[in-house]
Amino acid sequence: MSVKDRVVNIIAEQAMLEPSDITMQSTLEDVGIDSLALVESIFAIEEEFDISIPFNANEPDKSDFDISDVASIVAGVEKLIADQKG
Amino acid sequence: MKRVVITGAGTINALAHDVKGTFAAMREGQCGIGPLEMRDVERLAVQIGAQVRGYREETLFNRQQLALFDRFTQFTLVAAREAIGQAGLEFSGELAARSGVVLGNSGGGMTTLDDNYRSVYEEGKNRVHPFVVPKLMNNAAASHVSMEFNLKGPAFTVASACASSNHAMAQAFQMVHGGFAPVMITGGSESMLCFGGVKAWEGLRVMSKDACRPFSANRNGMVQGEGAGVFVFEEYEHARARGADMLAEVAGFAMTSDAADIVMPSKQGAARAMSGALKDARIAREDVGYINAHGTGTAANDKTECAAVADVFGPHADKLMLSSTKAMHGHCIGGTGAVELLACIMALREGVIAPTVGYEEPDPECALDVVPNEAREARVDVALSNAFAFGGLNAVIALKKV
Repeated sequence: MSVKDRVVNIIAEQAMLEPSDITMQSTLEDVGIDSLALVESIFAIEEEFDISIPFNANEPDKSDFDISDVASIVAGVEKLIADQKG
Repeated sequence: MKRVVITGAGTINALAHDVKGTFAAMREGQCGIGPLEMRDVERLAVQIGAQVRGYREETLFNRQQLALFDRFTQFTLVAAREAIGQAGLEFSGELAARSGVVLGNSGGGMTTLDDNYRSVYEEGKNRVHPFVVPKLMNNAAASHVSMEFNLKGPAFTVASACASSNHAMAQAFQMVHGGFAPVMITGGSESMLCFGGVKAWEGLRVMSKDACRPFSANRNGMVQGEGAGVFVFEEYEHARARGADMLAEVAGFAMTSDAADIVMPSKQGAARAMSGALKDARIAREDVGYINAHGTGTAANDKTECAAVADVFGPHADKLMLSSTKAMHGHCIGGTGAVELLACIMALREGVIAPTVGYEEPDPECALDVVPNEAREARVDVALSNAFAFGGLNAVIALKKV
Protein backbone atom coordinates (compact mmCIF):
# COMPACT_ATOMS: atom_id res chain seq x y z
CA MET A 1 0.00 0.00 0.00
CA SER A 2 1.25 3.50 -0.81
CA VAL A 3 2.01 6.14 1.81
CA LYS A 4 -1.01 8.03 0.54
CA ASP A 5 -3.38 5.09 1.01
CA ARG A 6 -2.02 4.32 4.47
CA VAL A 7 -2.45 7.96 5.58
CA VAL A 8 -5.96 8.05 4.12
CA ASN A 9 -6.85 4.86 6.00
CA ILE A 10 -5.68 6.38 9.29
CA ILE A 11 -7.62 9.60 8.73
CA ALA A 12 -10.72 7.65 7.65
CA GLU A 13 -10.56 5.53 10.79
CA GLN A 14 -10.26 8.61 13.03
CA ALA A 15 -13.10 10.33 11.17
CA MET A 16 -15.22 7.16 11.25
CA LEU A 17 -15.62 7.35 7.45
CA GLU A 18 -14.80 5.04 4.54
CA PRO A 19 -11.40 5.73 2.88
CA SER A 20 -13.34 6.45 -0.33
CA ASP A 21 -14.98 9.41 1.45
CA ILE A 22 -11.60 11.11 1.90
CA THR A 23 -10.20 13.17 -0.97
CA MET A 24 -6.79 14.79 -1.28
CA GLN A 25 -8.49 18.17 -1.01
CA SER A 26 -10.39 17.29 2.19
CA THR A 27 -9.44 19.34 5.21
CA LEU A 28 -9.46 17.77 8.65
CA GLU A 29 -12.34 20.04 9.53
CA ASP A 30 -14.28 18.77 6.47
CA VAL A 31 -14.04 15.19 7.70
CA GLY A 32 -14.89 16.12 11.28
CA ILE A 33 -11.50 15.66 12.95
CA ASP A 34 -11.31 17.82 16.10
CA SER A 35 -8.21 18.76 18.10
CA LEU A 36 -8.14 15.55 20.12
CA ALA A 37 -8.64 13.36 17.03
CA LEU A 38 -5.89 15.32 15.28
CA VAL A 39 -3.39 14.54 18.03
CA GLU A 40 -4.49 10.91 17.88
CA SER A 41 -4.12 10.84 14.06
CA ILE A 42 -0.60 12.22 14.30
CA PHE A 43 0.27 9.56 16.86
CA ALA A 44 -1.20 6.85 14.59
CA ILE A 45 0.80 8.13 11.62
CA GLU A 46 4.00 8.17 13.69
CA GLU A 47 3.36 4.58 14.76
CA GLU A 48 2.45 3.43 11.24
CA PHE A 49 5.60 4.82 9.62
CA ASP A 50 7.93 4.80 12.62
CA ILE A 51 8.65 8.50 12.22
CA SER A 52 8.56 11.49 14.53
CA ILE A 53 6.28 14.38 13.52
CA PRO A 54 7.09 17.85 14.82
CA PHE A 55 3.69 19.05 15.98
CA ASN A 56 2.64 21.21 18.93
CA ALA A 57 -1.13 21.51 19.39
CA ASN A 58 -0.65 25.05 20.72
CA GLU A 59 0.76 26.34 17.47
CA PRO A 60 -0.42 24.05 14.65
CA ASP A 61 0.23 26.80 12.09
CA LYS A 62 3.85 27.26 13.11
CA SER A 63 4.65 23.60 12.88
CA ASP A 64 6.82 22.41 9.99
CA PHE A 65 4.19 19.77 9.45
CA ASP A 66 1.44 21.19 7.24
CA ILE A 67 -2.02 19.87 8.11
CA SER A 68 -4.07 22.18 5.89
CA ASP A 69 -5.46 19.26 3.83
CA VAL A 70 -4.95 15.55 3.23
CA ALA A 71 -2.58 16.16 0.31
CA SER A 72 -0.30 18.33 2.47
CA ILE A 73 -0.31 15.71 5.23
CA VAL A 74 0.65 12.97 2.75
CA ALA A 75 3.43 15.17 1.32
CA GLY A 76 4.66 15.93 4.84
CA VAL A 77 4.71 12.27 5.79
CA GLU A 78 6.60 11.36 2.60
CA LYS A 79 9.20 14.03 3.36
CA LEU A 80 9.61 12.88 6.96
CA ILE A 81 10.03 9.27 5.84
CA ALA A 82 12.72 10.36 3.38
CA ASP A 83 14.45 12.52 6.04
CA GLN A 84 14.21 10.09 8.91
CA LYS A 85 14.38 6.71 7.22
CA GLY A 86 16.39 7.55 4.10
CA MET B 1 -22.97 30.26 58.92
CA LYS B 2 -19.46 30.52 60.33
CA ARG B 3 -16.79 32.78 58.86
CA VAL B 4 -13.63 30.99 57.75
CA VAL B 5 -10.12 32.42 57.97
CA ILE B 6 -6.69 31.16 56.98
CA THR B 7 -4.37 31.06 59.98
CA GLY B 8 -1.45 29.16 58.52
CA ALA B 9 0.21 28.62 55.14
CA GLY B 10 2.99 26.33 54.00
CA THR B 11 4.56 25.33 50.72
CA ILE B 12 7.40 23.72 48.88
CA ASN B 13 7.71 24.33 45.16
CA ALA B 14 10.32 25.11 42.52
CA LEU B 15 10.66 28.70 43.75
CA ALA B 16 11.38 27.95 47.42
CA HIS B 17 10.88 25.47 50.21
CA ASP B 18 8.67 27.78 52.29
CA VAL B 19 6.13 30.61 52.01
CA LYS B 20 8.55 33.41 52.80
CA GLY B 21 10.92 32.32 50.05
CA THR B 22 8.05 31.80 47.61
CA PHE B 23 6.72 35.32 48.27
CA ALA B 24 10.20 36.74 47.77
CA ALA B 25 10.63 34.84 44.50
CA MET B 26 7.19 35.94 43.26
CA ARG B 27 8.01 39.53 44.15
CA GLU B 28 11.23 39.26 42.16
CA GLY B 29 9.49 37.53 39.26
CA GLN B 30 11.85 34.58 39.42
CA CYS B 31 11.34 31.58 37.18
CA GLY B 32 11.74 28.12 38.67
CA ILE B 33 11.70 26.37 35.30
CA GLY B 34 14.89 24.70 34.10
CA PRO B 35 16.35 21.56 32.54
CA LEU B 36 14.79 18.43 34.03
CA GLU B 37 17.06 16.18 36.02
CA MET B 38 15.82 12.62 36.02
CA ARG B 39 16.64 9.16 34.80
CA ASP B 40 16.27 8.70 31.00
CA VAL B 41 15.65 12.43 30.44
CA GLU B 42 17.36 12.08 27.04
CA ARG B 43 14.41 9.96 25.87
CA LEU B 44 11.97 12.79 26.54
CA ALA B 45 10.90 15.30 23.87
CA VAL B 46 10.06 17.78 26.65
CA GLN B 47 13.10 18.31 28.85
CA ILE B 48 12.14 21.31 30.97
CA GLY B 49 10.13 21.59 34.14
CA ALA B 50 9.85 23.38 37.47
CA GLN B 51 11.48 20.84 39.78
CA VAL B 52 11.97 21.26 43.50
CA ARG B 53 15.75 21.57 43.81
CA GLY B 54 18.16 21.36 46.68
CA TYR B 55 15.72 19.08 48.44
CA ARG B 56 17.24 16.59 50.88
CA GLU B 57 14.58 14.20 52.07
CA GLU B 58 16.93 12.51 54.55
CA THR B 59 17.15 15.74 56.57
CA LEU B 60 13.36 15.86 56.98
CA PHE B 61 12.27 12.25 57.41
CA ASN B 62 13.68 9.13 59.05
CA ARG B 63 14.42 5.85 57.29
CA GLN B 64 11.04 4.28 58.16
CA GLN B 65 9.16 7.36 56.95
CA LEU B 66 11.12 7.47 53.70
CA ALA B 67 10.17 3.87 53.02
CA LEU B 68 6.51 4.90 53.26
CA PHE B 69 6.42 8.45 51.83
CA ASP B 70 6.30 9.09 48.09
CA ARG B 71 7.63 12.50 47.04
CA PHE B 72 4.07 13.93 46.89
CA THR B 73 3.48 12.86 50.51
CA GLN B 74 6.80 14.31 51.59
CA PHE B 75 5.98 17.64 49.93
CA THR B 76 2.60 17.67 51.66
CA LEU B 77 4.14 17.07 55.07
CA VAL B 78 6.78 19.77 54.55
CA ALA B 79 4.04 22.27 53.70
CA ALA B 80 1.71 21.05 56.48
CA ARG B 81 4.44 21.42 59.11
CA GLU B 82 5.01 25.02 58.05
CA ALA B 83 1.27 25.86 57.93
CA ILE B 84 0.31 24.25 61.23
CA GLY B 85 3.45 25.63 62.87
CA GLN B 86 2.47 29.14 61.79
CA ALA B 87 -1.10 28.65 63.03
CA GLY B 88 0.28 27.52 66.38
CA LEU B 89 -2.36 24.85 66.78
CA GLU B 90 -2.02 21.61 68.66
CA PHE B 91 -4.74 19.06 68.16
CA SER B 92 -6.02 17.17 71.18
CA GLY B 93 -9.34 16.26 72.77
CA GLU B 94 -12.46 17.71 71.18
CA LEU B 95 -10.47 19.86 68.72
CA ALA B 96 -8.62 16.80 67.41
CA ALA B 97 -11.81 14.74 67.23
CA ARG B 98 -13.58 17.30 65.03
CA SER B 99 -10.74 18.69 62.90
CA GLY B 100 -9.64 17.04 59.68
CA VAL B 101 -7.74 17.24 56.43
CA VAL B 102 -8.89 17.42 52.81
CA LEU B 103 -6.19 17.51 50.16
CA GLY B 104 -6.12 17.69 46.38
CA ASN B 105 -3.96 15.42 44.29
CA SER B 106 -4.21 14.09 40.78
CA GLY B 107 -1.68 11.35 40.08
CA GLY B 108 -0.89 9.85 43.48
CA GLY B 109 2.57 8.42 43.97
CA MET B 110 3.76 8.68 40.38
CA THR B 111 7.43 8.28 41.29
CA THR B 112 6.61 5.10 43.19
CA LEU B 113 4.60 3.78 40.23
CA ASP B 114 7.35 4.69 37.80
CA ASP B 115 10.13 3.08 39.85
CA ASN B 116 8.18 -0.11 40.44
CA TYR B 117 6.94 -0.50 36.87
CA ARG B 118 10.55 -0.22 35.77
CA SER B 119 11.56 -2.86 38.21
CA VAL B 120 8.91 -5.41 37.20
CA TYR B 121 8.61 -4.65 33.47
CA GLU B 122 12.03 -3.37 32.45
CA GLU B 123 14.26 -5.20 34.87
CA GLY B 124 12.04 -8.29 35.01
CA LYS B 125 12.00 -8.49 38.79
CA ASN B 126 9.22 -10.51 40.34
CA ARG B 127 9.22 -8.93 43.77
CA VAL B 128 8.37 -5.38 44.83
CA HIS B 129 8.74 -3.56 48.14
CA PRO B 130 5.85 -4.33 50.50
CA PHE B 131 4.88 -0.64 50.85
CA VAL B 132 4.20 0.09 47.18
CA VAL B 133 0.42 0.32 47.65
CA PRO B 134 0.35 2.46 50.85
CA LYS B 135 3.03 4.65 49.28
CA LEU B 136 1.33 5.35 45.95
CA MET B 137 -2.32 5.68 46.98
CA ASN B 138 -3.72 9.20 46.43
CA ASN B 139 -4.90 9.50 50.01
CA ALA B 140 -1.49 8.67 51.51
CA ALA B 141 -0.62 12.34 52.01
CA ALA B 142 -3.91 13.18 53.74
CA SER B 143 -3.54 10.14 55.98
CA HIS B 144 0.03 10.97 56.99
CA VAL B 145 -0.97 14.56 57.78
CA SER B 146 -3.79 13.22 59.97
CA MET B 147 -1.33 10.93 61.75
CA GLU B 148 1.42 13.48 62.26
CA PHE B 149 -0.95 16.12 63.63
CA ASN B 150 -3.61 13.96 65.33
CA LEU B 151 -6.51 15.05 63.12
CA LYS B 152 -9.36 12.64 63.80
CA GLY B 153 -12.27 14.24 61.95
CA PRO B 154 -12.99 14.04 58.20
CA ALA B 155 -9.92 13.14 56.15
CA PHE B 156 -9.89 12.41 52.44
CA THR B 157 -8.39 13.29 49.07
CA VAL B 158 -10.04 14.97 46.12
CA ALA B 159 -8.95 14.21 42.57
CA SER B 160 -10.14 16.51 39.80
CA ALA B 161 -6.94 16.85 37.77
CA CYS B 162 -5.72 20.45 37.71
CA ALA B 163 -8.59 21.67 39.90
CA SER B 164 -7.99 19.09 42.67
CA SER B 165 -6.63 21.57 45.22
CA ASN B 166 -9.37 24.11 44.62
CA HIS B 167 -12.03 21.43 44.94
CA ALA B 168 -10.33 20.21 48.13
CA MET B 169 -10.14 23.70 49.63
CA ALA B 170 -13.78 24.30 48.72
CA GLN B 171 -14.70 21.15 50.66
CA ALA B 172 -12.64 22.22 53.65
CA PHE B 173 -14.20 25.67 53.54
CA GLN B 174 -17.67 24.17 53.49
CA MET B 175 -16.94 22.01 56.53
CA VAL B 176 -15.77 24.94 58.63
CA HIS B 177 -18.40 27.31 57.21
CA GLY B 178 -21.19 24.87 58.05
CA GLY B 179 -19.93 24.32 61.59
CA PHE B 180 -18.98 20.72 60.93
CA ALA B 181 -15.32 21.22 61.90
CA PRO B 182 -13.54 24.05 63.76
CA VAL B 183 -10.31 23.59 61.78
CA MET B 184 -9.53 21.89 58.48
CA ILE B 185 -6.08 21.39 57.01
CA THR B 186 -6.33 21.72 53.24
CA GLY B 187 -4.54 22.38 49.97
CA GLY B 188 -2.82 19.83 47.80
CA SER B 189 0.31 18.45 46.26
CA GLU B 190 1.68 16.76 43.18
CA SER B 191 4.89 15.15 42.12
CA MET B 192 4.53 13.99 38.55
CA LEU B 193 7.98 14.99 37.32
CA CYS B 194 9.24 11.49 36.72
CA PHE B 195 9.93 9.85 33.35
CA GLY B 196 6.48 8.27 32.99
CA GLY B 197 4.69 11.40 34.19
CA VAL B 198 6.39 13.70 31.69
CA LYS B 199 6.16 11.11 28.90
CA ALA B 200 2.39 10.86 29.37
CA TRP B 201 1.96 14.63 29.13
CA GLU B 202 4.25 14.77 26.13
CA GLY B 203 1.82 12.55 24.24
CA LEU B 204 -0.89 15.18 24.33
CA ARG B 205 1.39 17.65 22.51
CA VAL B 206 0.43 20.61 24.66
CA MET B 207 3.75 20.97 26.46
CA SER B 208 6.25 23.69 25.64
CA LYS B 209 9.82 22.65 24.96
CA ASP B 210 11.29 26.03 25.85
CA ALA B 211 9.25 28.20 28.25
CA CYS B 212 5.88 28.91 29.84
CA ARG B 213 4.52 32.23 28.54
CA PRO B 214 0.93 32.65 29.69
CA PHE B 215 -1.17 35.20 27.77
CA SER B 216 1.77 36.04 25.50
CA ALA B 217 0.98 35.82 21.76
CA ASN B 218 3.98 33.52 21.25
CA ARG B 219 3.01 31.07 24.02
CA ASN B 220 3.44 27.48 22.98
CA GLY B 221 2.29 25.34 25.84
CA MET B 222 2.43 24.44 29.47
CA VAL B 223 5.40 23.50 31.61
CA GLN B 224 4.93 21.06 34.43
CA GLY B 225 5.96 21.78 38.01
CA GLU B 226 5.74 19.96 41.31
CA GLY B 227 5.18 20.86 44.93
CA ALA B 228 2.58 21.41 47.60
CA GLY B 229 0.58 24.14 49.28
CA VAL B 230 -1.14 23.53 52.61
CA PHE B 231 -3.34 25.88 54.61
CA VAL B 232 -5.08 25.99 57.96
CA PHE B 233 -8.74 26.93 57.49
CA GLU B 234 -10.12 27.95 60.87
CA GLU B 235 -13.45 29.15 62.14
CA TYR B 236 -13.20 32.92 62.71
CA GLU B 237 -14.34 33.00 66.35
CA HIS B 238 -12.07 30.09 67.18
CA ALA B 239 -9.12 31.92 65.66
CA ARG B 240 -10.06 35.23 67.31
CA ALA B 241 -10.47 33.67 70.74
CA ARG B 242 -6.91 32.41 70.67
CA GLY B 243 -5.50 35.59 69.12
CA ALA B 244 -4.36 33.89 65.92
CA ASP B 245 -2.89 35.89 63.05
CA MET B 246 -5.43 35.78 60.22
CA LEU B 247 -3.82 35.79 56.77
CA ALA B 248 -7.06 36.15 54.81
CA GLU B 249 -10.72 35.25 54.91
CA VAL B 250 -12.10 32.55 52.65
CA ALA B 251 -15.18 34.34 51.42
CA GLY B 252 -16.73 31.76 49.11
CA PHE B 253 -16.33 29.43 46.17
CA ALA B 254 -18.10 27.85 43.25
CA MET B 255 -17.65 24.69 41.25
CA THR B 256 -19.04 24.00 37.78
CA SER B 257 -18.74 21.34 35.13
CA ASP B 258 -18.57 22.15 31.41
CA ALA B 259 -20.28 18.86 30.56
CA ALA B 260 -18.77 19.28 27.10
CA ASP B 261 -15.27 18.03 26.28
CA ILE B 262 -12.64 15.96 28.07
CA VAL B 263 -9.79 18.39 27.29
CA MET B 264 -11.03 21.58 25.62
CA PRO B 265 -12.02 24.32 28.08
CA SER B 266 -15.34 26.16 27.93
CA LYS B 267 -15.81 29.87 28.39
CA GLN B 268 -19.27 29.37 29.91
CA GLY B 269 -18.04 26.81 32.45
CA ALA B 270 -15.23 29.09 33.58
CA ALA B 271 -17.48 32.15 33.67
CA ARG B 272 -20.16 30.36 35.69
CA ALA B 273 -17.52 29.31 38.23
CA MET B 274 -16.20 32.87 38.67
CA SER B 275 -19.62 34.50 38.88
CA GLY B 276 -20.77 31.71 41.19
CA ALA B 277 -17.87 32.34 43.57
CA LEU B 278 -18.70 36.05 43.69
CA LYS B 279 -22.34 35.27 44.42
CA ASP B 280 -21.46 32.74 47.11
CA ALA B 281 -19.10 35.26 48.74
CA ARG B 282 -21.64 38.11 48.30
CA ILE B 283 -18.98 40.19 46.61
CA ALA B 284 -19.65 42.77 43.90
CA ARG B 285 -17.52 42.20 40.80
CA GLU B 286 -16.14 45.74 41.08
CA ASP B 287 -14.52 44.77 44.40
CA VAL B 288 -12.25 42.13 42.85
CA GLY B 289 -8.76 43.54 42.49
CA TYR B 290 -6.79 40.46 41.53
CA ILE B 291 -7.40 37.11 39.89
CA ASN B 292 -4.81 34.37 40.00
CA ALA B 293 -5.51 32.87 36.60
CA HIS B 294 -5.47 29.23 35.68
CA GLY B 295 -3.20 30.62 32.90
CA THR B 296 -1.53 27.46 31.66
CA GLY B 297 0.20 29.05 28.68
CA THR B 298 -1.66 26.85 26.21
CA ALA B 299 -3.39 28.36 23.21
CA ALA B 300 -6.77 27.05 24.33
CA ASN B 301 -6.84 27.93 28.03
CA ASP B 302 -5.55 31.47 28.00
CA LYS B 303 -7.91 32.93 25.41
CA THR B 304 -10.90 31.08 26.86
CA GLU B 305 -10.07 32.26 30.37
CA CYS B 306 -9.65 35.90 29.27
CA ALA B 307 -12.95 35.78 27.40
CA ALA B 308 -14.64 34.35 30.50
CA VAL B 309 -13.17 37.11 32.70
CA ALA B 310 -14.38 39.72 30.21
CA ASP B 311 -17.88 38.20 30.28
CA VAL B 312 -18.12 38.03 34.07
CA PHE B 313 -16.56 41.38 34.91
CA GLY B 314 -17.73 43.56 32.02
CA PRO B 315 -16.02 46.97 32.07
CA HIS B 316 -14.28 46.09 35.35
CA ALA B 317 -12.27 43.40 33.51
CA ASP B 318 -10.02 46.19 32.21
CA LYS B 319 -9.36 47.48 35.71
CA LEU B 320 -8.56 44.30 37.61
CA MET B 321 -5.22 42.50 37.51
CA LEU B 322 -4.96 38.92 36.27
CA SER B 323 -1.69 37.02 36.46
CA SER B 324 -0.55 33.47 35.98
CA THR B 325 2.15 32.38 38.39
CA LYS B 326 2.57 29.07 36.51
CA ALA B 327 5.33 30.70 34.48
CA MET B 328 7.29 30.81 37.75
CA HIS B 329 6.42 27.58 39.62
CA GLY B 330 5.18 25.53 36.68
CA HIS B 331 1.85 23.76 36.47
CA CYS B 332 1.74 21.76 39.69
CA ILE B 333 -1.31 19.80 38.42
CA GLY B 334 -3.32 18.57 41.42
CA GLY B 335 -1.34 20.83 43.76
CA THR B 336 -1.42 23.93 41.60
CA GLY B 337 -4.47 25.68 43.10
CA ALA B 338 -2.89 25.43 46.53
CA VAL B 339 0.48 26.87 45.44
CA GLU B 340 -1.37 29.60 43.57
CA LEU B 341 -3.56 30.56 46.53
CA LEU B 342 -0.32 31.93 47.99
CA ALA B 343 -0.27 34.63 45.30
CA CYS B 344 -3.78 35.67 46.39
CA ILE B 345 -2.71 35.82 50.04
CA MET B 346 0.35 37.88 49.07
CA ALA B 347 -1.87 40.31 47.13
CA LEU B 348 -4.28 40.77 50.04
CA ARG B 349 -1.81 40.81 52.88
CA GLU B 350 1.30 42.39 51.43
CA GLY B 351 -0.21 44.42 48.60
CA VAL B 352 2.11 42.82 46.06
CA ILE B 353 0.73 41.31 42.86
CA ALA B 354 2.76 38.40 41.52
CA PRO B 355 3.61 38.92 37.85
CA THR B 356 3.11 36.78 34.76
CA VAL B 357 6.74 36.18 33.85
CA GLY B 358 7.92 35.08 30.40
CA TYR B 359 5.53 37.55 28.81
CA GLU B 360 6.84 38.74 25.45
CA GLU B 361 4.11 39.73 22.98
CA PRO B 362 0.60 41.09 23.56
CA ASP B 363 -2.18 38.83 22.31
CA PRO B 364 -5.38 40.64 21.26
CA GLU B 365 -7.33 37.63 22.53
CA CYS B 366 -5.82 38.10 25.99
CA ALA B 367 -6.09 41.88 26.22
CA LEU B 368 -6.29 42.20 30.01
CA ASP B 369 -3.81 43.57 32.55
CA VAL B 370 -1.77 40.39 33.05
CA VAL B 371 0.87 42.14 35.22
CA PRO B 372 3.63 41.30 32.72
CA ASN B 373 7.04 40.30 34.03
CA GLU B 374 7.27 42.62 37.05
CA ALA B 375 5.42 42.43 40.34
CA ARG B 376 3.29 45.41 41.20
CA GLU B 377 2.29 47.10 44.43
CA ALA B 378 -1.44 47.57 44.74
CA ARG B 379 -4.10 47.53 47.41
CA VAL B 380 -6.37 44.55 46.89
CA ASP B 381 -9.39 43.71 49.05
CA VAL B 382 -10.72 40.70 47.18
CA ALA B 383 -8.87 38.07 45.12
CA LEU B 384 -10.07 35.08 43.14
CA SER B 385 -8.12 31.93 42.38
CA ASN B 386 -9.15 30.06 39.22
CA ALA B 387 -8.66 26.38 38.44
CA PHE B 388 -10.07 24.81 35.29
CA ALA B 389 -9.30 21.13 34.92
CA PHE B 390 -9.24 18.57 32.15
CA GLY B 391 -12.59 16.89 32.20
CA GLY B 392 -14.22 20.34 32.20
CA LEU B 393 -14.20 20.65 35.99
CA ASN B 394 -13.90 24.20 37.29
CA ALA B 395 -13.41 25.52 40.83
CA VAL B 396 -12.94 29.14 41.86
CA ILE B 397 -12.17 30.36 45.38
CA ALA B 398 -12.72 33.91 46.62
CA LEU B 399 -10.48 35.36 49.34
CA LYS B 400 -10.83 38.72 51.03
CA LYS B 401 -9.00 40.79 53.59
CA VAL B 402 -9.95 39.90 57.13
